Amino acid sequence: MQIRVTVNGTVHDSDVEPRTLLVHYVREVLGLTGTNIGCDTSSCGACSLHLNGEAVKSCTVLAVQADGAEITTIEGMAAADGTMHPMQQAFMENHALQCGYCTPGMVMAATSLLKENPNPSEEEVRIGLEGNLCRCTGYHNIVQAVLAAAGGE
Amino acid sequence: MTMTDAATPANTVLGKRRLRKEDPALLTGEAKYTNDLNIPGALHLAVLRSPYAHARILSVDVSAALAMPGVVAAYSGADLVPLWAGPMPCAWPVTADMKNPAHSPLAVAKAAYVGDGVACVLATSDAAARDALEAIDVAYEPLPAVVDLEDALSDRVVIHDELGTNKSYTWDLKCEGAEGQVDRAFAEAAYTVSEHYVHQRLIPMAMEPRAVAAVPQPFGGDITLYSSTQVPHILKVMTAITLGIPEHQLRVVAPTVGGGFGAKLNVYAEELLCTALARKHKVPVRWNEERTENTQATIHGRAQRQHIELAADADGKLTAVRVRLLADMGAYLQLVTPGIPILGAFLYAGVYDLPVAYDFSCTSVFTTLTPTDAYRGAGRPEATYAIERAMDALASKIGIDPLELRKRNFIRKEQFPYLAFSGLTYDSGDHELAADKACELADYTGLRARQQAQNVEGATKRLGIGISSYFEMCGLAPSRVLASLNYSAGGWEAATVRVLPTNKIQVVTGTAPHGQGHETAWSMIVAEKMGVDPDDVDVLHSDTAIAPLGLDTYGSRSLPVGGVAVAMACDKVIDKAKKIAAHQLEANEDDLEFVAGSFSVKGSPDKAMPLAAIAFEAFTAHNLPDGLEPNLEAQVTYDPPNFSWPFGTHICVVEVDTETGDVEVLTYVAVDDCGNQVNPLIVDGQVHGGVVQGLAQALYEEAVFDEDGQPKATNLAEYLVPAASDVPSITLGHTITPSPTNPLGVKGIGEAGTIGAAPAVINAIVDALSGLGVTDMPMPASPQTVWKTIQSAQGAMK
Ligand code: FES
Ligand code: FES
Repeated sequence: MQIRVTVNGTVHDSDVEPRTLLVHYVREVLGLTGTNIGCDTSSCGACSLHLNGEAVKSCTVLAVQADGAEITTIEGMAAADGTMHPMQQAFMENHALQCGYCTPGMVMAATSLLKENPNPSEEEVRIGLEGNLCRCTGYHNIVQAVLAAAGGE
Repeated sequence: MTMTDAATPANTVLGKRRLRKEDPALLTGEAKYTNDLNIPGALHLAVLRSPYAHARILSVDVSAALAMPGVVAAYSGADLVPLWAGPMPCAWPVTADMKNPAHSPLAVAKAAYVGDGVACVLATSDAAARDALEAIDVAYEPLPAVVDLEDALSDRVVIHDELGTNKSYTWDLKCEGAEGQVDRAFAEAAYTVSEHYVHQRLIPMAMEPRAVAAVPQPFGGDITLYSSTQVPHILKVMTAITLGIPEHQLRVVAPTVGGGFGAKLNVYAEELLCTALARKHKVPVRWNEERTENTQATIHGRAQRQHIELAADADGKLTAVRVRLLADMGAYLQLVTPGIPILGAFLYAGVYDLPVAYDFSCTSVFTTLTPTDAYRGAGRPEATYAIERAMDALASKIGIDPLELRKRNFIRKEQFPYLAFSGLTYDSGDHELAADKACELADYTGLRARQQAQNVEGATKRLGIGISSYFEMCGLAPSRVLASLNYSAGGWEAATVRVLPTNKIQVVTGTAPHGQGHETAWSMIVAEKMGVDPDDVDVLHSDTAIAPLGLDTYGSRSLPVGGVAVAMACDKVIDKAKKIAAHQLEANEDDLEFVAGSFSVKGSPDKAMPLAAIAFEAFTAHNLPDGLEPNLEAQVTYDPPNFSWPFGTHICVVEVDTETGDVEVLTYVAVDDCGNQVNPLIVDGQVHGGVVQGLAQALYEEAVFDEDGQPKATNLAEYLVPAASDVPSITLGHTITPSPTNPLGVKGIGEAGTIGAAPAVINAIVDALSGLGVTDMPMPASPQTVWKTIQSAQGAMK
């Protein structure tokens, strides 16, 4: 099936199989491998990206469902001049990543969270990130990073 | 104790929080994990896994799979036997008579756990390969599963016919100052406790599942194996042996690796299958693990039953410790499976001053479950759990505060270096200081008062305070000690420091980071030593063509072994640079000092030569001292003289709802001492993550199987890896007691959090419920388990 999507500002016209998941489309067809896959039960959030401005788990969306949509992946978060997004910056400054595997998904989920709730409490950050698992950091610094990014905006 | 150089206030880089140079690539999606590699023409491997825990394989018919679209080849286990020059490797035959079953990358005669590979497919896409698995026809004769450890030991059902038993080995460590001392101590003890604990099976669950790609150069004869591994160097040696590949023709690369926690410290069937099939088919072969496969085909951890007995005198001072373990190896012995309980064997007296009266024995058995192996802490969380839980049991028997009992038994700081009952020497420590600091951060006295007020008769929300003081025997390890434990490799680490002509520095390390930030930390060590900016240092690793020597990352060894090797290589480079400086400044070497990256003649600071100038001189070689080789580079292989012994005290405060069984962690304080810190930012991160993994064992996680050996936790929906909302923020404190073992004064920190956490949490829960007759709490302490335990304790009291 023919789809047209705008990914990180670039329009792509692609022919995809109906069963292709959005995560496989961005990784394999577009080569945007920053979006990771950590599970097969839509539990981990490693595959989170922005679909029309909202974080979704891209392993739960078919590529064809994204037809006509605006998508931002982690590769599209830094500014054109290479400056990282404030959330990426906050993750770095707060050591909110270790192995980095959950990180793209966390950053996408966290930016989406702040869009909905620009001044969350610690509790709200923890609940808001419930769908994204990290095995390395124990979440402490991720929560700090999100709070810092919120404070800085 | 004298402070080492690294702890002196003169440090400009070491000991300071520094952001990680790894992060931008990871934060922007630029980093490439194995599964992100673009490998044109690669065939995809998929593995058919046994749906039975125990079954004879009667026949395997792959013909229908071969007819499926995109399928290039399909094989049974029997088809591939000619490809294996040796069995799946186990590098730790802990006893001479240890039983080790035949183990091939694909099972041939029998499948011994759900997930054991029995056949495989190569196809042009991952989806095509997985689809074709369904067309493979395997005839099985199901056999009874062996799930329970006592049942395994009874040999009711023998899993590996050729062994004739399910027992792999019994390993003993009996240390007595005088014969019969342990028995005498128990006979004469004022107090004894005898406790039984279960360490449930855990699934390590690194967020990146495993992935492998083998890329052959059929005409050149070489092959490159990319793998999401913690151990590229060990993997290279073992793959060469298992497949009969000349080792010099094999290169192993670990690209960016998404966490390991011990689960990627192994040699796996899929690594061998991809490599062997890539050679056979002369095309690249890749495999990526789905999470469901990961829960079955990647090793599990813990899985021990413990019986610990303590003897104490009238003051509560320990006089003897006796331990009996029954450990679950799973279906086969993986790389270091049998050694895991042994790594804990030396730690069942914890941080306490025990006379030479210790009696440890571990019996290990096979079951029809996923093999176990190293999982964060590997044997040491188990040991720490047993002694720290038993100390609480002893305190309650004596009727004193558990903190007081610990303080009476701590090895005192003036006793270090401390020769332990086992013959091992604990390098340095100040347990009292760490415990005091933890108590201060948690307000221990205030908490006890609050608890007394809150836990009144009939209270349904009960406050509990749990303490755990731990030692982490890490920094694996002195090669000779490993030899005495029958481990088949050494414990050294290699480093090369190379000053490039333009005064940028390359470090080649044998460690293989997968989240620990070695690029940042090793750069800091070099920057401090050489007087350069850490950003002018590049750290190369995890590729055996670039870093041919190394023993990789596990056992909290990277800094105290690998990082120390880097520091020593810097010293060697500085020595050589000094010769060049002396020559060119026409000065005596002894008159030169090296400060902030420049050599100068003592007393006449204008007679100086910066490293940058020396680097270029070493490169042009126009004017070097006679006999000195050009270039500025040095390599060190460092074999540590001792383990490193980080320690600390954790305090967990919980509130337990006796009506629902719900446990809320109110406060978690961790005070850890890992000697001098290179980068406190990274240290804190390691502790945070470690604590949450230990807390997850205490409260949430378990690899559950039914009586047929069918896994009930096969994915992240069923296996409860905690989310941010399930865990508390953590209050950290540190004390710094440098290690006298190495010139940096450092110790490991990778596993400490995990080692300290589980007993602190369970001690807190038991403490909360002690007024209700609860004396123990099985892990994971789910609301249901807590509720049931309260009910049965109440029933018993009536
Ligand atoms: S890969 Fe999408 S939620 Fe795990
Ligand atoms: S940083 Fe490794 S999983 Fe989050």
